Amino acid sequence: MKKLANIFLAGIIIISLSGCSWNDPESVANDGVFRIAMVPDMGGVNDQSFNQSALEGLYELRDETGAQISYVESKQFSDFALNLDKLADGPSDLIIGVGNVLSDAIEEVSARNLDKNFAIVDYSFGEDIANNVTGIVFRAQEGAFLVGYIAGMTTKTNKVGFVGGIKNVIIDQFQYGFEAGVLYASKERKVPIKVINQYAESFADAAKGKAIASRMYSDGCDIVFHAAGGVGYGVIEAAKESGKFVIGVDRDQSYLAPDNVLTSSVKNVGTAVKLVAKELMNGNKIGGKNYEFGLSEHCVGIPENHKNMPEFVYNKALTLSKQVETGQITVPYDEESFENYKSSIDN
Amino acid sequence: MQKLIKILKKPITSTFLAIICGILVAGVILIFSGYDPITAFNTLLKGIFSRPKYILKVIEKSTPIILTGISVAFAFKTGLFNIGAEGQYIIGSVVAMMVGVSLKLPAVYQVPIIFLAGIISGAIYGGLIGILKAKFGIHEVITGIMLNWIAFYLCNFVVDSELFHKPSTMRSLSINDSGFTTLFYKWKTSKEGIEYLRQNRWLSEVLLKTDVNVGILVALLVSIIIWFLLYKTSLGYSIRAVGNNAKAAEFAGIGVKRNIMAAMTISGAICGLAAALTITGVSPHAVYKLSMFENIGFNGLFVALIARTSPIGCILSGLFFGALNYGGNALQMDLGIPSEIISITIGSVLFFVALSGAAPMLANKLAKRSKKNVK
Repeated sequence: MKKLANIFLAGIIIISLSGCSWNDPESVANDGVFRIAMVPDMGGVNDQSFNQSALEGLYELRDETGAQISYVESKQFSDFALNLDKLADGPSDLIIGVGNVLSDAIEEVSARNLDKNFAIVDYSFGEDIANNVTGIVFRAQEGAFLVGYIAGMTTKTNKVGFVGGIKNVIIDQFQYGFEAGVLYASKERKVPIKVINQYAESFADAAKGKAIASRMYSDGCDIVFHAAGGVGYGVIEAAKESGKFVIGVDRDQSYLAPDNVLTSSVKNVGTAVKLVAKELMNGNKIGGKNYEFGLSEHCVGIPENHKNMPEFVYNKALTLSKQVETGQITVPYDEESFENYKSSIDN
Repeated sequence: MQKLIKILKKPITSTFLAIICGILVAGVILIFSGYDPITAFNTLLKGIFSRPKYILKVIEKSTPIILTGISVAFAFKTGLFNIGAEGQYIIGSVVAMMVGVSLKLPAVYQVPIIFLAGIISGAIYGGLIGILKAKFGIHEVITGIMLNWIAFYLCNFVVDSELFHKPSTMRSLSINDSGFTTLFYKWKTSKEGIEYLRQNRWLSEVLLKTDVNVGILVALLVSIIIWFLLYKTSLGYSIRAVGNNAKAAEFAGIGVKRNIMAAMTISGAICGLAAALTITGVSPHAVYKLSMFENIGFNGLFVALIARTSPIGCILSGLFFGALNYGGNALQMDLGIPSEIISITIGSVLFFVALSGAAPMLANKLAKRSKKNVK
């Protein structure tokens, strides 16, 4: 026991001695390089969707302007604040939290580090936003509306499915936007189309996504839309196996299954993040503001690639997209607005 | 030579050898993936020790896994593999959160009640595994894994319920602040506190930017209590006897079933305590909706194995594990090294710990050879 204590003590002494020789990491670099750091949510930077899109946007910015990009992944929810805090110690000019799960952490850390700029994707602090925080939100329902419309026009069984990750305000945007789009198509075609919703209660469990989607396909759905991060992998896998259509999310996911991905509800987190970061680089103040991005900012929408759907459907979707942009159609984003939308379309 | 043999035979030597081997393996992997291992190692140490704040954060992060480690180690002494530690931790935190949110008493009552709630719920959840094992012979790994998932979904259910869900977030409400065990919480969030701390940069780093809490002291205390319980009491003796050879223990008149149930209950209670400490001590003082396991219980398995199921050793191995995990983020931040490398380091350390028979074997060989030389 005594020896153990000795070893422990020796270790501590060595470590603290070596610790003294290091200088504090500089909190301001002053070399003219713009530094952006990003903390993705639990999905990590290789999630094929949301976080990856954000990082790709930042890499584009790096190639254009020479800004320096770094990122840290988190293993637990409690890591978010730790990682943000550590980044705030460094020379970063802008620290971006990707995903609304980081909202608490951003709020907490930004209050302690008033000299740093923070941004959060998918969360708006509303009116009482701090002076050094920027909210970046999307009208994802607009993209989902378009893919819902495409699904409604393309389905042969008149039954489509929606697989969500975990129910929250963001996934609600996708779900109700999608349902609204399907409803729009069903009114146009004058046939009822059924939408089956199911949640995987996960953003990572691909096996579960596959099981849910397989079930939907064997129950007669011929198109499934997913908004479930990593779970979507499994959904696409199931589509490949049963030879049915699937609609991707966040990025153009057609490369994952070229013959089965009908289209994707693109949510270009990268473009949005890039725009906001550029604002700051150009010396504009972005703190204390909430930015909203939708079809009109080309941050959500559908990809050009449309080889799996009839030409006329694609063109009609583009027309619809114009209508949404100009405000002729307001797409619902939660249960309440969806009910309103439904009663308005019924009349 | 004799001395070397003696050192090699000590269990702690092989643990340290395992750690060194694990780091070497990680270094080789770093070289192959095109990073300089020396810089990486330097960055890792910097990420852990270069500021007092970082050391405190490591301690804060290590506290729950030290405790779950002790819990697993304790069950292991009875020959039980408590893979259900994860579930016991989740249940503990959910119940502690529910109690902490619902009650609004002065701190003197609030804190102990939250702790009791966490401990008792963890104990019941762990004891359930013990009862199923003792009465029906169902293997603890099976029930443990099942109960983990039940806890997982129960947690999501509670977090989603109207009573406890914080609107438009992925987490529950925070507990009332009279239940906080963060040190100087009241003072450091008050106006005078912030004003005072602003003058003193060092203190503000240490206090304002961390959640310094009593957790580590409790963990130290628990490890000593458990050590005492195991080696200085008759309950501990019978628990260890059951672990060493259940049949012989039964023959000697030690109630195997009773001890299995007792061990699992205590093991669960420690996990519940870890959970209550986290809820009361670390912001946001709430439970998140889980999309995957947070691995605090599972990491306890690693901690216990690296410590060779010694409750005192769990403190060191827990700190080691927490430091690697926390410092590992610096690797990604500064050098862009994927976080998987850290996981590989931990994995290879474990692998070498599992191979820990090697060092005593080497010692035996050396002993034989030196005998030959004498001849």
